[in-house]
Amino acid sequence: MKNNGYKGWLYLLPAILFLGAFMVYPLIDVFVYSFEEGYNSASQSFFGTGLYNYRYVLRDEYFLQALKNTFLLVVITVPLSTLFALLISVALNSIKKLRDLFQTIYFLPYVTNTLAVGLVFMILFKKTAYTDGLVNLVINFFGSPSVDFIEGPYWAKMFVLCFYTIWVVLPFKILILTSALASVRQDFYNAARLDATPKWRVFTRITLPMISPQLFYLIITGFIGAFKAYSDAVAIFGTDLNAAGMNTIVGYVYDMLYGNSGGWPSYASAAAIILFAIVLTITCINLLVSRKHVYYV
Amino acid sequence: MQTVKDSSARSRVGKTLVYLFLAVWALLVLFPFYWMLLTSLKSYAAYNSEYIPRFFTAAPTLQNYADAFTAVPLGKYFLNTVIFTLITTAVMLLVTVLAAFAFSRLEFRGKDLVFTFFLALMMIPSELVVITNFQTITNAGLRNTFTGLILPSVTSVFYIYLLKENFEQIPDELYRAAKVDGTSDFHYLTRVMIPICRPTIITVTILKVIECWNSFVWPRLITDDANYFLVSNGIQAIRENGFGRENIPAMMAAVVVISVPLIVLFLLFRNKIMAGVSRGGTKG
Amino acid sequence: MKVILDHLTKKFPSRNKKDKTEVIAVNDMSIEIPDGKLVGLLGPSGCGKSTALNLICGLETPTSGRVLFGDDDVTALPPEKRGVGLVFQNYALYPHLTVRQNILFPLQNLRGADKLSKEEMEKRMLAAASLVQIDGLLERKPSEMSGGQQQRVAIARALVKTPRVLLLDEPLSNLDARLRLQTREEIRRIQRETGVTTVFVTHDQEEAMSISDVIVVMKDGLLQQTGEPQEVYNDPANLFVARFLGTPPINVFDGAVRCGRLYLGEDAIMEVAGVADRPVTVGIRPEGFRVRDDGPMVCALQAVEVMGRDTTIVSTHPTLQGSSIRSIISAEYAEGVSGDTVRFYLKESKVHLFDPDSGERIRAQSLKAL
Repeated sequence: MKNNGYKGWLYLLPAILFLGAFMVYPLIDVFVYSFEEGYNSASQSFFGTGLYNYRYVLRDEYFLQALKNTFLLVVITVPLSTLFALLISVALNSIKKLRDLFQTIYFLPYVTNTLAVGLVFMILFKKTAYTDGLVNLVINFFGSPSVDFIEGPYWAKMFVLCFYTIWVVLPFKILILTSALASVRQDFYNAARLDATPKWRVFTRITLPMISPQLFYLIITGFIGAFKAYSDAVAIFGTDLNAAGMNTIVGYVYDMLYGNSGGWPSYASAAAIILFAIVLTITCINLLVSRKHVYYV
Repeated sequence: MQTVKDSSARSRVGKTLVYLFLAVWALLVLFPFYWMLLTSLKSYAAYNSEYIPRFFTAAPTLQNYADAFTAVPLGKYFLNTVIFTLITTAVMLLVTVLAAFAFSRLEFRGKDLVFTFFLALMMIPSELVVITNFQTITNAGLRNTFTGLILPSVTSVFYIYLLKENFEQIPDELYRAAKVDGTSDFHYLTRVMIPICRPTIITVTILKVIECWNSFVWPRLITDDANYFLVSNGIQAIRENGFGRENIPAMMAAVVVISVPLIVLFLLFRNKIMAGVSRGGTKG
Repeated sequence: MKVILDHLTKKFPSRNKKDKTEVIAVNDMSIEIPDGKLVGLLGPSGCGKSTALNLICGLETPTSGRVLFGDDDVTALPPEKRGVGLVFQNYALYPHLTVRQNILFPLQNLRGADKLSKEEMEKRMLAAASLVQIDGLLERKPSEMSGGQQQRVAIARALVKTPRVLLLDEPLSNLDARLRLQTREEIRRIQRETGVTTVFVTHDQEEAMSISDVIVVMKDGLLQQTGEPQEVYNDPANLFVARFLGTPPINVFDGAVRCGRLYLGEDAIMEVAGVADRPVTVGIRPEGFRVRDDGPMVCALQAVEVMGRDTTIVSTHPTLQGSSIRSIISAEYAEGVSGDTVRFYLKESKVHLFDPDSGERIRAQSLKAL
């Protein structure tokens, strides 16, 4: 069947065209941009080639703020969401009645529009002239003064962002972990039971190693996802994230590209590549650590 | 397998705690949905007069929904999103099916090399390529057009991979039998492979629809004319300068309207979606 | 440790939710398993033998009845307090732990007064490993071993905590034919060496017959017969047991007792004493046939298969249930067999009569060859 070799290429042609134009070419081009110093969309000119763009970005106050925000977000949400998902999945796995119902409910945030539901979160946390918002009323009930979570102190804004991020990422993690837990063979638990294994030991010595591949997968994708956070922040604080002091690295890239401070694709490229380098490094570290701790069948 | 029940009081307390924990989280997940629905039914005046928000409303009104469709072009956003989603998904399916067929069924030189290359592309984050794509589309004068919105959103290497795996499970005998009967490759694809792999194709379609419906970043970059806003951008526009003064009930009505289609889709195809997502979807 | 099952019953709710009827997996089962014996729990799939095993180890609780280890009523005890070792059908070795860690695992669970020192654990682990002859494989993971080796590790893990009773669930089903022979001898040896009361479940009668001290035959949740293998083979309690044991299987005919003689069709084949005139089902073991030119049982000859020492004569008879009679004859007696017919007389101890309806054994005072 070698004679119809051209046929294969024919079937592949659309995919190759699309990928070539919108993935491969841009991938090369982004590096080119990042070295074209100070390229400006308006004038379509640049004043030299070199590392200036990277230097500019790394000194940009907004970028440093975005870097700090993103790191905080990653460090807080990845462990918390993974732990919490594990807790919920273990609880889900231990019940029979209502399990389907709970699973369906827990998955709902996955299929909702991040921007839309973010608005609801904003209303719940926001302090306005008319009302302090529901969350603040709960805080008042426990005797503390109201806090403006949306336009108030940094920690409060960071709290809302982390809370919403966790709310958004949990469905996927719960889904993966519940199916991982359900696929651990009952025999192992029976064997452990016959040997009078204490519950905690069953969990740490049998359950955790058995689901370690999925757990690890979630940690890696969790890191990558959290480093690329953007929509969640926009949903809560609006598109002008720099003004809110809540920008993320990805947000910085887009702002550089387009928007009030936009029109600077080379700075955007440099920032995107820095982000990519960070993600790559963290993923490599993850992989190295996992070699020791993850058990693959 | 039923195991010995520890009928001791301690384990019953434990069970209750587990259910309590799960129920609390379920409430936390559901509450925002309840709140948006509730707020969308409160009248503007009633909402703003409640310093302490009420958990129910005695006089539900649909006025906010009317406002959402008249005061801002929500209907237009909605329609744009439907068009964008349908075309993008359709083109994606066509491209993906053809490519998956080539990889799984046809023999040609360099196939393995190309496939490896495709797999490598799966690891490229969209943030890296979006910059050039923005330039490309802008330079081509395709800002504020459906073409500009759709073109870069079509490709999905992961779906090609998923479908290729599925296609490969169809036994070779079927292909040989079809060849003996003189069936052309294209005919074999449409008459045999696609029907057999329908479940996977449906899963891929649903996942892509969800992705399209919620897409925000690319449309935000490429459209600044409200005539081409998708719902995500629409909701952002509404939030920033929508109903004159902050009309939160109307805003919530808009949120309900754009959330409902996906929730309905989810409830209809719950198992398919969850199975599909656990096979390799991540949000984004 | 003697194990006693006392009127043990286990019912499961039906899998079909609308159907309210219950499935009775084990029905009023009473047996006494003597101390230090190797017992085979035998029956076709779905007969309740695995449920019975789970009831003994405590993974299932009985609907009614009791389980006793010696004088100790363990019915209400959870499995971890019964002191049983169970070898799972697929071994259930923890795949992420090495052989050493797998065997140590039960010991590390011991708490309080039973807690062992590191050295003691190591000693016991090594003793268990050398008992099953896997001393050289301690650092391997289960996936790096053959099925037979995994089986040994599973046995070592079950034995290391010196259980009162050792249970094996279909221990040979995951092994290939060659390993099966070898492993069953191994189980026999290990049981002898440790002297632990051992119960294993199997659907393979040959397996059970070859190594058990006692076999327990079950069908549809009901105990059919229990006893030493040879005794059960020679003296089956009913047609099911007679059919289930023995290869090739017993030959079954529709017959009748008339005036002190046993008839197959119009042929009187034996003298019977102590059975009133009635229809009967006749079971004749393959080795119960003897060739004789004027034998009372006339069969249509189909084939003669010479297999070295023995010869199988394949023939048929109008009253036969099934397609052909397989009889095993010493080669020297089979030499003259040829033509269309073969005539047999029958060995008394190899012929059993059963009630055609209930399948229960009809015991004659005597049966005599004609």
